[in-house]
Amino acid sequence: MTYTMTFEGRPVRAEPGQSVAAALVASGVVSWRVTRGQGRPRGLFCGIGLCHDCLITIDGVPDQRACVVPARDGMRLGDRDDA
Amino acid sequence: MTPEPHDVAVVGAGPAGLGAAAEAAGAGLDVVLIDAGQRPGGQYWRHAEGGRGQHWKAYEGLSRRLGQVRRIPGTQVWLITRDQEGFTLRLTGHDPVTARAVILCPGGYDRQLPIPGWDLPGVMAAGGVQALLKEHGTAPGRRAVVAGTGPFLLPVAVALARAGVAVAAVAEANPVTGWLRDPFGALAAPSKSVEAVRYAAAMTARRVLYRTRTVITEIVGDGRAEAVRLRRADGTQEEIAADLVALGWGFTPSLELPIMLGAETRLDEDGSLVAVVDGSQRSTADGVYIAGEATGVGGAALALAEGRLAALTLAGSGKTARLRRAVRRGRRFAAAMRRACPVPAEWTAWLTESTVVCRCEEVPYGELRRACHDLGADDARAVKMLARPGMGWCQGRMCGFATAAIAARLNGRVATADDLRAFAARVPAFPVALEDLAEN
Ligand SMILES: Cc1cc2nc3c(=O)[nH]c(=O)nc-3n(C[C@H](O)[C@H](O)[C@H](O)COP(=O)(O)OP(=O)(O)OC[C@H]3O[C@@H](n4cnc5c(N)ncnc54)[C@H](O)[C@@H]3O)c2cc1C
Ligand code: FES
Repeated sequence: MTYTMTFEGRPVRAEPGQSVAAALVASGVVSWRVTRGQGRPRGLFCGIGLCHDCLITIDGVPDQRACVVPARDGMRLGDRDDA
Repeated sequence: MTPEPHDVAVVGAGPAGLGAAAEAAGAGLDVVLIDAGQRPGGQYWRHAEGGRGQHWKAYEGLSRRLGQVRRIPGTQVWLITRDQEGFTLRLTGHDPVTARAVILCPGGYDRQLPIPGWDLPGVMAAGGVQALLKEHGTAPGRRAVVAGTGPFLLPVAVALARAGVAVAAVAEANPVTGWLRDPFGALAAPSKSVEAVRYAAAMTARRVLYRTRTVITEIVGDGRAEAVRLRRADGTQEEIAADLVALGWGFTPSLELPIMLGAETRLDEDGSLVAVVDGSQRSTADGVYIAGEATGVGGAALALAEGRLAALTLAGSGKTARLRRAVRRGRRFAAAMRRACPVPAEWTAWLTESTVVCRCEEVPYGELRRACHDLGADDARAVKMLARPGMGWCQGRMCGFATAAIAARLNGRVATADDLRAFAARVPAFPVALEDLAEN
């Protein structure tokens, strides 16, 4: 089966076993946060859980590494749909 | 009641750790195998769920020998302490584990150099691109440039092409005479060179532009990567459109656990910090064995042999002569490879005042320069104190090598092992959640 997550309110599909980052990238999203200092966009860099560039809020929990967290059906990704 | 300590804890389930765990179990030891990944295999045997990877028979063979091994996947060892009984390993989100000896097989990660524009989305570590392709079959772009140095650029380019990404160019900073043009003169591990030739043939078949003695000096784009600038040895420059840029300047070892346990480190041929081991994988710290990339970057086959050797040494096996010879041969070949693929001598020339060096804390080159020239910082440790590079989430993993080199160069010298140690020592080994600190 295919999972459906939401990223900032939009649907994002994921295959079981994919990471959150892989699902975002596969759907054409390459950045999902901006830096604290200069507001620069960031997405994946190291791809293996070390650089923390890919931090994302998942189901309201901030600062998760999108490249290591497995995608799950119904996940809410990104800050703007925390409420 | 505390449970009996294991005979040995193996940290890392890549080729080195799997080899170590399989041999240790085979020798009758009680083994616990701990790895950050959800599935075993490390970087080399990274695979999709239910999928298969390269040299899969070897992986399956090792997996079959892990029957008696206690496996703890999906957790990071963030602290190891020593007491009379042996070692206590603290894990994220899991109870601590105790063992009489440890075999550390933490592998490494892509070595990076800062480049103007390298923090744009669409720019990734070459190994990270490979990992994404292997495990998830996706790539964050349609038209790629692969740049840096070393034989690893070839499989990344080929994997991208196979995934349907247009590979516009591969920019290799060094001449490749040693290992690619003359594969059969290659030193002691011919299979590695033959592999390189196969990749080269695959690239030719797909008309991938392979540029040697060519460096990437800038990545440009508005909000994401759009093009790269390349410079050839004769000074000519070229701009190539790309929305995916894979960067790799070889790999560099993970040393936080070896350093935490007091194991000695040294500079390798290519300027990376590596753990010191003897011909049987013993580190300089009692009861601590180290195998794989952490002892010097040498690829999966060498990592596997080192892991097996470490376990047999620990088990007191008398049958290690052949394995020791194989490891010696592998290390000679790896050393030759590292000598052939240094980072370009003049790489700091492409930095501008505003080039981000530390991605986490967004420290630009200009601030490192000021720390050295105006504030008198004369080594990496002082630069780190004054300008705060390497103090963010990644704990200096991305910028440590580069910052050590920059600090040394601004002081008119080359980086020493001490400069690198300023960024390689990490306690805890990984960022830890408060619950883990509290519960442990
Ligand atoms: C991103 C990446 C991709 C690569 N892809 C390839 C490739 O496709 N082909 C190839 O030939 N080579 C590849 N390499 C090179 C590769 O590192 C070696 O060839 C080989 O995998 C080394 O084996 P190893 O056992 O030493 O380390 P690794 O395979 O890196 O295994 C080390 C393991 O230890 C784990 N670990 C480290 N520290 C801790 C800790 N504190 N707690 C818990 N677990 C920990 C890591 O998560 C990892 O699973 C890649 C390297 C990287 C960094
Ligand atoms: S991309 Fe580096 S931690 Fe996720």
